[in-house]
Amino acid sequence: MEHAVTHTHRDDTASKIGMWLFLFTEMFLFVGLFLVYSIYRFRNPEAFHQAAEELSTFIGTLNTVILLISSMTVAMSITSIQKGDKKLTLILLGITIFLALFFLVNKYFEWGAKIEHGLYPGSSYLKELGHGDILFFGLYFFMTGLHAFHIIVGMILLGFVYHRVATGRVHSTDFAFLENGGLYWHLVDLIWIFLFPLFYLIT
Amino acid sequence: MSQEKTHIIPYKTYVYVLLVLLCLTFISVAVTSIELGTLTVTVALVLASIKSFLVLSYFMHLRFDQKIYAIMVTGILLIIIIVILITFLDYYYR
Amino acid sequence: MTIETTGKVYKSFFEEKGGKKGIFAWIFSTDHKRIGLLYFYSIITFFVTGATLGLLMKLELIAPGETIVKAQTYNSLFTVHGVIMIFLVVIPGIPAVFGNFLLPLQIGAEDVAFPRLNLFSWWIYVAGAVLVLLSLFTGTGAPDTGWTFYAPYSFKTSTNMLPAVLGAFILGFSSILTGLNFIVTIHRMRAPGMTWFRMPLFPWTLYGTGWIQLLATPVIGITLLMVVGERLFNIGFFDPALGGDPILYQHLFWIYSHPAVYIMILPAMGVISEIIPTFARKTIFGYKAIVLSTLAIAFVGYFVWGHHMFTSGMSGTALFTFSILTFLVAIPSAIKVFNWVSTLHKGSIYPSLPFFWAISFIFVFMIGGLSGLVLGSLATDVHVHDTHFVVAHFHYIVFGGTGFAFFAAIHYWFPKIYGRMYNMTIGKIGWIIVFLGFNTLYGPMFYLGIKGMPRRYFDYLKEYTDFNVISSVGAMILITGMVIVIVNLIYAGFKGEKAVANPWGGSTLEWTVPSPPPLENFEKIPEVTTGPYTYS
Repeated sequence: MEHAVTHTHRDDTASKIGMWLFLFTEMFLFVGLFLVYSIYRFRNPEAFHQAAEELSTFIGTLNTVILLISSMTVAMSITSIQKGDKKLTLILLGITIFLALFFLVNKYFEWGAKIEHGLYPGSSYLKELGHGDILFFGLYFFMTGLHAFHIIVGMILLGFVYHRVATGRVHSTDFAFLENGGLYWHLVDLIWIFLFPLFYLIT
Repeated sequence: MSQEKTHIIPYKTYVYVLLVLLCLTFISVAVTSIELGTLTVTVALVLASIKSFLVLSYFMHLRFDQKIYAIMVTGILLIIIIVILITFLDYYYR
Repeated sequence: MTIETTGKVYKSFFEEKGGKKGIFAWIFSTDHKRIGLLYFYSIITFFVTGATLGLLMKLELIAPGETIVKAQTYNSLFTVHGVIMIFLVVIPGIPAVFGNFLLPLQIGAEDVAFPRLNLFSWWIYVAGAVLVLLSLFTGTGAPDTGWTFYAPYSFKTSTNMLPAVLGAFILGFSSILTGLNFIVTIHRMRAPGMTWFRMPLFPWTLYGTGWIQLLATPVIGITLLMVVGERLFNIGFFDPALGGDPILYQHLFWIYSHPAVYIMILPAMGVISEIIPTFARKTIFGYKAIVLSTLAIAFVGYFVWGHHMFTSGMSGTALFTFSILTFLVAIPSAIKVFNWVSTLHKGSIYPSLPFFWAISFIFVFMIGGLSGLVLGSLATDVHVHDTHFVVAHFHYIVFGGTGFAFFAAIHYWFPKIYGRMYNMTIGKIGWIIVFLGFNTLYGPMFYLGIKGMPRRYFDYLKEYTDFNVISSVGAMILITGMVIVIVNLIYAGFKGEKAVANPWGGSTLEWTVPSPPPLENFEKIPEVTTGPYTYS
């Protein structure tokens, strides 16, 4: 696809700026949702207060810890690739991907429990609970769902990074791809840092 | 011009940052379990902001990279805050 | 004026196919010039489609009562006209076509920063366009909500909303990626010596636009996703029956869609800032003021969305704040107009077709801008809200502004892009007919709006007949002019005289390369030592 004459040089800074700009768009995607959340919370403080009690603080905290650790491992992998330690890089990336999977499994059981209790959008049980609860659980599923989708995308991305490290295309002098994958993963973590208190803690 | 030397951040730094982040998480869980009314929201959000500041500056390397990224992020956060404030001008006074 | 006739033999980007055949040399090309032209052809196609729908509306309004279409069809007509024109034509318009083609040429680069991403944006654009068009011909009838998809009607109507909404969502991605590409290109790929303040003004406006595309578009993306969620899964977001607030939808929608107006108009202003100094043979007046006003428009323009909702029931404090902020945006816009006029002052003006388009842009843009102040002040807005006054204002800005600038740009850069020159006389005839038709079409709408004729109705009271007839006749004149202009250009593309590298005596970098430019643009990346508009 590439023309032979052009783009023989590599510009890591350009791809990093590009990645950051992309992260900004991701931030604004969630800012829209946070705005909706905060306004509906402002209008239905009591109902949101009650509804948040339904969520398990334990699973929420556990998932927070998981994501924070995974964020650290992916940050460490950049140090290890800079030091030329390919094996450690792969281990750290492997841990990150595993933790992401762990997060999703927790999420699966959490969602499953809610749906079992009839707490899902459009359910007749939720309709009886009133407007505040409908809004809360609508936002809960939509926002954590979109976040989970980002986790999945992040896993796939990190999978590609893993592959490239393993095949030696990403190495100690050319690791922009790893860096950008890491940035994406940190963003997923950042969003969760705000989702967690808003849904699980403020009861 | 494309290959700036980025200095290598020691593993230790990341471990310390993680420990602080975990502490903040547990603090926010503990604090919010006490009924403080509207103060709960404030505390939780302040703690979350500190956590995100740490993630941005250490994990995402804003502290160590060129200034341009930090400037951009600050500008973006400013816009986000203004947008939220302006929207609340409607809902708060309605 | 330097007319250079290089005797050198080179292969233009039209001839250099990158080892691919026929259409594949286009749709899989990562060359920014070819991608720009891909956008050009797609956008012109959709423009003709949208204009046809617009003409049908004007024919319906030529007499009171049902003339050629039924009420429901009319609702679909203005919806689809809006969606096509906004999302498929005007928003990508100047940045995707001329930005792609000229940004690297103007800053002295061989391509944009991410050429493959650039091609990908075009493909996403096509995918979104296909979805939007699908909504017309499949399912339960074309969407009838207006291009704003206002809740709760957008998830209550039985018409085929999903493809249209998803299409708009996907088109947003294309817009984001183009903006991202341009920002990185401008940050990283300016030629040596081209400092930020030596950059031509068109790239500057693309830079401002890029930021808006990047920061505003995701908000509409998530909003449209919420509408989809509400339609498909019955999640309560904006439905009052489920506790939602429809006004919040309007907030979110306009947080994007107001800045989107600046996505449309900023590059247009950039085009004009290129053309004016070239034809005045004078450096632009107040270069830095124009740059700063560009950034100011981009920044302040982000916070004025509420002026679309003055009658929706917002709080008084919000109304007041939005009104003040709206008036603030008028300042940088006026700075630009004053700068253009001052550039012309005492210049040795060389009147030619691109210059005429640019001057008529300033004229209609002023009318559009000043009528905007009527809408921006709270008291008068209540009177003219949702009337034909808004339609007139909007078309003066978007068609008179962006549309005229688009035609100014194509007439200005046509010899550069195709290496051929169009017929000047026919072009001028076309331009004057378009200009007259445009004002005959939209001018009376101001009057109709002040008199109280609402928009989006297929029918009206008898009192409004005279001006509606004038307006509809104007539509036909406008279309005639458009046909002349477009046919003239198509003919020139095949049979026009060969053009020289710098037919207008422009001083920016794109005029230093042959027409049409070779694949890698510059034989050697130029060294820049002066500002962009140096005429001695």
